[in-house]
Amino acid sequence: MSLDAKTVTRIARLARIGLRPEEVETLGQDMGSIIDWVEQLKEVDVTGVDPMIGTGLAKPRLREDRVTDGDCRDKVLANAPEREGPFFTVPKVVE
Amino acid sequence: MSYRITGSTGEWEIVVGLEVHAQVVSEAKLFSGASAEYGGEPNTHVSLVDAGFPGMLPVLNQECVAQAVRTGLGLEAEINLFSRFDRKNYFYADLPTGYQISQFAHPIIGKGKVLVDLADGSTREIGVTRLHLEQDAGKSIHDQDPTRSFIDLNRAGVALMEIVSEPDIRSPEEAGAYLRKLRQILRYIGTCDGNMEEGSMRADVNVSVRKPGETEYRTRCEIKNVNSIRFVMMAIEVEAQRQIEVWEAGGTVDQETRLFDHVRSETRSLRSKEDAHDYRYFPDPDLLPLVIEQSWVDELKAALPELPEAKRARLEAEYGVSRYESSVLCVEQAIADFYETVARGADARLAANWMLGDFFAALNRTGRSIEDSPVSAEGLRELLGLISNSTINGKIAKEVLEDMVETGDSASAIVERKGLRQVTDTGAIESAIRDILAANTDKVEEYKSGKDKLFGFFVGQTMKAMKGKGNPALVNETLKKLLSE
Repeated sequence: MSLDAKTVTRIARLARIGLRPEEVETLGQDMGSIIDWVEQLKEVDVTGVDPMIGTGLAKPRLREDRVTDGDCRDKVLANAPEREGPFFTVPKVVE
Repeated sequence: MSYRITGSTGEWEIVVGLEVHAQVVSEAKLFSGASAEYGGEPNTHVSLVDAGFPGMLPVLNQECVAQAVRTGLGLEAEINLFSRFDRKNYFYADLPTGYQISQFAHPIIGKGKVLVDLADGSTREIGVTRLHLEQDAGKSIHDQDPTRSFIDLNRAGVALMEIVSEPDIRSPEEAGAYLRKLRQILRYIGTCDGNMEEGSMRADVNVSVRKPGETEYRTRCEIKNVNSIRFVMMAIEVEAQRQIEVWEAGGTVDQETRLFDHVRSETRSLRSKEDAHDYRYFPDPDLLPLVIEQSWVDELKAALPELPEAKRARLEAEYGVSRYESSVLCVEQAIADFYETVARGADARLAANWMLGDFFAALNRTGRSIEDSPVSAEGLRELLGLISNSTINGKIAKEVLEDMVETGDSASAIVERKGLRQVTDTGAIESAIRDILAANTDKVEEYKSGKDKLFGFFVGQTMKAMKGKGNPALVNETLKKLLSE
């Protein structure tokens, strides 16, 4: 099965990935076969079985409510493609 | 009387549900050890977890969980011992990870309720659908540069509680009352400071309209991020009006996100439909499901402070204040505490009258709050004691209160300093009245020939002559006696 072009374009848009028309075609085929492969899982009857999230073997570790981090602006901004003083800057986004 | 809007085809009913985002009171953020404090130099309350650096893992803050549970208890809601965190995926410049960690399928708190008081004295129950924990985003600043937006991540990752109401609200007034009550409960429990100016509480408002009697809901619109109670009420009115016009013109309302512009008093479409969000929620693989113990919930419950409804009921029963008075006295815990300090050991009804009247007036006049009141609760109690034991009368007491606000002196010190002690000596009162009657023989004649209203004039003249210090009951009594001689 191949994913149709409209679905591929939509997924690409949600992931903010630009695709050339020929890529839409090949990706549709690739993604289709991935889905087909995963579909095999449907052969297992899971009626009445809760979805498994984690192993249930461990409980999450919780942190105390204390300030132990932060105050590292230079590190935080170190990889910023663009900055201005203490801020990250991005192309203007106004809704 | 139900709230109705009249359109060209008749009456319409409005249906409103609110999603309130309340910032959790905590030291650190929901999943990192960075400070959750408001303000701060840009990008200083940020850890590498908040900034979405590769390989950084979230670790849940236990106090934020406790705050959500406390709030759930305050809303008389189901506490879910099992809950889970999901990723809500979208791209925005102030969301470094590209997803917000939220609770979608399994929120920590389920169905609850909020009781609201309306102006006509009736009470309504507004259902709460759920409450879940999630991260706040950073802040985009658009007005610093013509072509760029500036990003400050100090708020990114701060814990929020999203509190979703049922579509039970039927008027702007109910929406306002619900928000005020919710804020009051949060402040009592100490889980959110309710400060709407700083954005600690914001509301998304879901509005639809329908004809009275219809049982189905029509399409709703969501008005995003309204940041004051007044604006929520205005936005509902304006949006309902718009939808009614669309329906009545033969159109249909599209489900969409809108923005309220209070300056132009209108709502505007915010996102086009083809761009509608598809958040692709899925369980966050970095976080194990959250499992809490009933015994811990019980401990948190036992440690909750007295909540507004319980406090009101107790003040009414214990001190005999009215339903209205209890609502004013319980707006904030500090006011109720102040009242109780005054009322214990004074006339409790008199205390309520004075707090709601002259005392609040004095606070307003001086621009002070109950916390830094110029008159202490003990000071007010002493003043009321002087009224109760007839040392001064009510009118003089007002003057004493003003002096207390001004000078900070105690009531009894002021009474002594100014010589305001009430005159209860019947001889002194009688002689003052005789002087007044002698000086106004014409009025006495008029009174005796049936002009009863002049009695007030004689009382006024007597009090004036006695510099306001006469005991009012004795003055009345003596006047009646002498005038009938």
